[in-house]
Amino acid sequence: MALTREQIASIAALARLDLSSSEILVYQNSLSSILDFIGALDAADTADVTPMAHPLPGMSQRLRPDVVTEADHHEQYQQNATQVAAGLYLVPKVIE
Amino acid sequence: MTDLHTSTLTELAAGLRARRFSSVELVRACLDRIEASQGTLNAFISVTRDSALREAAAADAALAAGGGGPLTGVPIAHKDLFCTQGVRTSCGSRMLDNFVSPYDATVVARLKAAGAVMVGKTNMDEFAMGSSNETSYYGPVRNPWDTSLVPGGSSGGSAAAVAARLVPAATATDTGGSIRQPAALCGITGIKPTYGRVSRYGMVAFASSLDQGGVLATTAADAALVLREMAGFDVNDSTSVDVPVPDYVAALEQPLGGLKVGVLKEFFDKGLDPKNEERVRESLRVYERLGATLTEVSLPNLPLSVPVYYVVAPAECSSNLARFDGVRFGHRCENPRDLQDLYRRSRAEGFGAEVKRRIMTGTYVLSAGYYDAYYLKAQRVRQLINADFVRAFQSVDVLIGPTTPTPAFALGAKTADPVTMYLNDIYTIGANLAGLPAVSLPCGFVDGLPVGLQIVGPHFSEARVLQAAHAYQRATDWHARVPRGYA
Repeated sequence: MALTREQIASIAALARLDLSSSEILVYQNSLSSILDFIGALDAADTADVTPMAHPLPGMSQRLRPDVVTEADHHEQYQQNATQVAAGLYLVPKVIE
Repeated sequence: MTDLHTSTLTELAAGLRARRFSSVELVRACLDRIEASQGTLNAFISVTRDSALREAAAADAALAAGGGGPLTGVPIAHKDLFCTQGVRTSCGSRMLDNFVSPYDATVVARLKAAGAVMVGKTNMDEFAMGSSNETSYYGPVRNPWDTSLVPGGSSGGSAAAVAARLVPAATATDTGGSIRQPAALCGITGIKPTYGRVSRYGMVAFASSLDQGGVLATTAADAALVLREMAGFDVNDSTSVDVPVPDYVAALEQPLGGLKVGVLKEFFDKGLDPKNEERVRESLRVYERLGATLTEVSLPNLPLSVPVYYVVAPAECSSNLARFDGVRFGHRCENPRDLQDLYRRSRAEGFGAEVKRRIMTGTYVLSAGYYDAYYLKAQRVRQLINADFVRAFQSVDVLIGPTTPTPAFALGAKTADPVTMYLNDIYTIGANLAGLPAVSLPCGFVDGLPVGLQIVGPHFSEARVLQAAHAYQRATDWHARVPRGYA
């Protein structure tokens, strides 16, 4: 299935990826060939088949008691952030 | 001291306990070999010489005092997607080039508690997305058997490091074959355990319903020893399974007689190199001599495993990698105009071409109007593939076949067409989709290059598949072959 330049630009926008026009062309070709490849799935008869979301059938999501288990490590964690001030992460102005 | 690097991890652990050599001597020898090979193989992203020598000295002190655990003083390397406290965890990406983990992954913590000494972090495909180790921000890893060839991926650095005898074992992860395929291409042994057997806590996530940590080593016995120490329930991983870990080492010597081996028809398809097939067929005859019985079995939906994977894995990847926003950790672009610009440019600059391709594929298959046609359809076919495996394991104990269609290929040979690269994992992906344990072990050579044999078992049958691999390694010596220049 051939994707258009506009579709690639729209996917990139959804994925929050800035792409150059030459990259758009590259992904237009490769995503189209990937979609052709995964099109092989259409041939499988999956009527009445339950989608498999988890590789261990019958396992359900384990929950923990709703109690605080983490100490405050924000100073340590924020050492990996490029811009921090007064214990806060800095981002460009969101509200004018 | 010259034979330390060709000793198995099991022999090294015993030698340390008997004080035949010290951990400092052993670790220094490893570090020297790593540094000498780095210009050729590029197997490491970070080498932790100072902390390794400190830990080795502490290990020697513990051993001198009569203490120590099963791996005390043994050097190992971690794939650079396991978080290591205070040490950069890059995941092979510019995005995390500046990331120093504030905590240890459970796998790292457990191996440390067992006494292992970390000598460094190994190179890998960016975010574990690749089958040739060519997508790493830190440059490709080269195959020690022939440096014009790839080592496989995504755990290419770990595999090359073990194959070149730089370290006796290394951790790795497998989402679609990333332990087994490089093990095959580098002539070593690797195990991908059952999904949920090894904690994913502190493993940088790629596709959460498929990712599983495991081990690369030169023998099944060494893999059994390391896996025993790293496996087990972890409250910090919500998909970790609370099933006791058997003693994989103690189980190794159980006799193989009567083992029912399924020879998977779909693994011997037209894509399989005839010379690879010869090596695999010869190995099946070894199993017959060891007392196993062979039956041909068919998993009719298995040929759809690669298309299923290239819907499910990118979908989960696009969701997992949404966390990289340029704000809290990872690469941040210069002078963003606004918040959207911060996200879009930080991600565009931080991620490489293949990671972007997978994020976009995943975004597309999950987007409005396409979710049912692609994602749900793939999940349904995944169920059919799983049902094929369940049916097969009603009549056989393990499935045996090739790990890869061909031996190692040249750098650059498959980078132009992503689908050609993806087809490398055609025999390995099924085990990830169904969450099954699988081993790859060396089973001979084609034109001087190693060939991998794959053994897949039902859920939680790690002891059985390791036992089957160990019995083969008792009867053959392919696993003891060392690439020229590294012996």
